[in-house]
Amino acid sequence: MKILVCIKQVPDMESKFKLNPEGLWYSDANLAWRMNEYDEYAVEQAVQLKEQLGDAEICVLAIGPDRVKEMMKKALAMGADRGVHIKDEEPWRMDCFGIASLIAAYARDKDFGLVFTGMQSQDRGSAQVGTLVGEMLELPVLSTLVEFSFEGGRVSGKRELEGGVRARVSAQSPAVVTCQLGLNTPRYPTLPNIMKAKKKEIQTLVSSELGVQPGRVEMVRVAFPEKRKGGMLIQGDISQMTSQLMTVLKDKFSII
Amino acid sequence: MKALLVAEYRENQVRECTYELLSFAERLGAAPVMFIVGDADALPAFEGPLYLAEASTCGEFSPSVHKALLLEVIAREQPDYVVFSHSSYGWDLAPRVALATGAGQISEILDLHEEGFVVPLCNSKLRSTLKASGPLSVLTLQSGAFAAAEPQGSPQVMALDVPAGTDPLRFEGLEEAEKSEVDLSKAEIIVSAGRGIGKKDNIEMIANLAKAMGGEFGASRPVVDAGWAEHSRQVGSTGQSVAPKLYVACGISGAVQHLMGMKKSDFVIAINSDAEAPIAEVADVMVVADLKEFVPALLSCLQG
Ligand SMILES: Cc1cc2nc3c(=O)[nH]c(=O)nc-3n(C[C@H](O)[C@H](O)[C@H](O)COP(=O)(O)OP(=O)(O)OC[C@H]3O[C@@H](n4cnc5c(N)ncnc54)[C@H](O)[C@@H]3O)c2cc1C
Ligand SMILES: Nc1ncnc2c1ncn2[C@@H]1O[C@H](COP(=O)(O)O)[C@@H](O)[C@H]1O
Repeated sequence: MKILVCIKQVPDMESKFKLNPEGLWYSDANLAWRMNEYDEYAVEQAVQLKEQLGDAEICVLAIGPDRVKEMMKKALAMGADRGVHIKDEEPWRMDCFGIASLIAAYARDKDFGLVFTGMQSQDRGSAQVGTLVGEMLELPVLSTLVEFSFEGGRVSGKRELEGGVRARVSAQSPAVVTCQLGLNTPRYPTLPNIMKAKKKEIQTLVSSELGVQPGRVEMVRVAFPEKRKGGMLIQGDISQMTSQLMTVLKDKFSII
Repeated sequence: MKALLVAEYRENQVRECTYELLSFAERLGAAPVMFIVGDADALPAFEGPLYLAEASTCGEFSPSVHKALLLEVIAREQPDYVVFSHSSYGWDLAPRVALATGAGQISEILDLHEEGFVVPLCNSKLRSTLKASGPLSVLTLQSGAFAAAEPQGSPQVMALDVPAGTDPLRFEGLEEAEKSEVDLSKAEIIVSAGRGIGKKDNIEMIANLAKAMGGEFGASRPVVDAGWAEHSRQVGSTGQSVAPKLYVACGISGAVQHLMGMKKSDFVIAINSDAEAPIAEVADVMVVADLKEFVPALLSCLQG
């Protein structure tokens, strides 16, 4: 079976963000980049499925500038077989429909038995792309899975609902699965696998050749949230900080 | 202007988030029309037109069928907006409807102004204002961002027929949440560990702090997913909702799903090395420190 995994490169969320000159997105200068957390679960699930099936090929796909290849190497070191890099210098200009259209344009007619995506990206957090890809390819979509199994050509899983409730769902493959946190335990690439990954192929395509669709959502502007109101800030030397906090605890609560 | 509001129903009940859609429609200044796949005996308390399909025949969770029903209502009503909650039901169904109608979708809206809809970016460290380009917008609302309207009145019900065709996705039933071993909902003081604790061994330090303060310890989701704490200690939208007098968040960034579980806390202390972590927005006291140094120091003050 051929398996496709869509992975997105996102900044470390602990970064100090700045706005880009147009004020429409964050500036991508001086950021540390990593694989979208949700997509790590997607890669891991695909690798586990390959281990189960024996005969499977995992292709990871990422849309973005050249730097996304670093992240693709991690996925290859985790156990994916090959990469498809859809080169686009400014993927943030595309809305979810645009991103999903590119993925669908690549995946159509390629006979993937399963497509894994994250349930959402950490920067945009829209939770749309995976489901859109499934609808575009006219495949059943099992979204927000926290459990996954594959038996006799059928995908079964548990969707996570609010308050810890789960819904059991299943569908015949081919299908699309969107991965929620905790679906599995993503592995760390081992050194031998990192070495092996260097020899794996990453094919590069250009977004404009696949056909960039006009967007359906316009960006008006990006801004920082309004500053917090009134909270007390404790900063500096450890002993000063503890005594300041102890004062708060004494005044407000009879803890001590 | 007209807004089609997609109400939610689960296990014989209308879900609370339905009433948030109503107050949003009012903010928009749009006339509300509601849609629900539910039960004629458990209708939303809403004074207005309601399209009803029976969950007993259309399935409580059946995306293709619910999409077909919604497309039928959209064709009849020609709304300007189709509004969902950003919930497991809403984020699954909304993109399907957006694609089928050619609409732009804006997810997880937390505010609106003349220029568009405001959504969080980068774990809420930034805010983006967006608007759909075409005549129809599909929107999902961040849970809790719009106060729920008072449930009142009874709707004028229009029954929908079961659409033809079966869903390739089979819904096989619900599983209840695991029974919790600790009941955090009654704790007056909760000290929670987030991913910032770095490793499993440091849970003990947080548990000790909780004990020294006379409370219980809780955790954010990554800590539970990693197996460092049991699920019953998870605070958030897919864990427990808590309402302590004091909530101490150690190494927790303050993602919206975590905030949902602890926003009823009277007083919040955050200990975080990142002064800009979004938890700062809800913290009464923000301690900017490495918790691995600060928590032991605080412990010795409390014990000393
Ligand atoms: C549908 C859905 C449901 C979810 N449900 C829940 C839920 O119920 N509960 C929940 O918690 N999450 C939930 N999440 C996940 C949520 O979005 C976040 O991913 C999660 O809350 C992040 O946990 P965290 O703050 O511990 O980790 P991170 O976001 O990684 O934050 C770690 C923080 O620790 C700080 N830090 C790092 N090192 C140190 C140090 N040495 N000293 C001090 N501070 C340090 C960092 O600055 C950072 O702010 C859900 C997500 C989705 C999509
Ligand atoms: N630029 C991208 N390249 C590859 N996959 C992507 C990209 N953007 C989004 N995705 C996939 O779509 C999922 C959901 O993203 P989103 O709808 O933006 O929240 C992610 O978890 C990825 O699997």
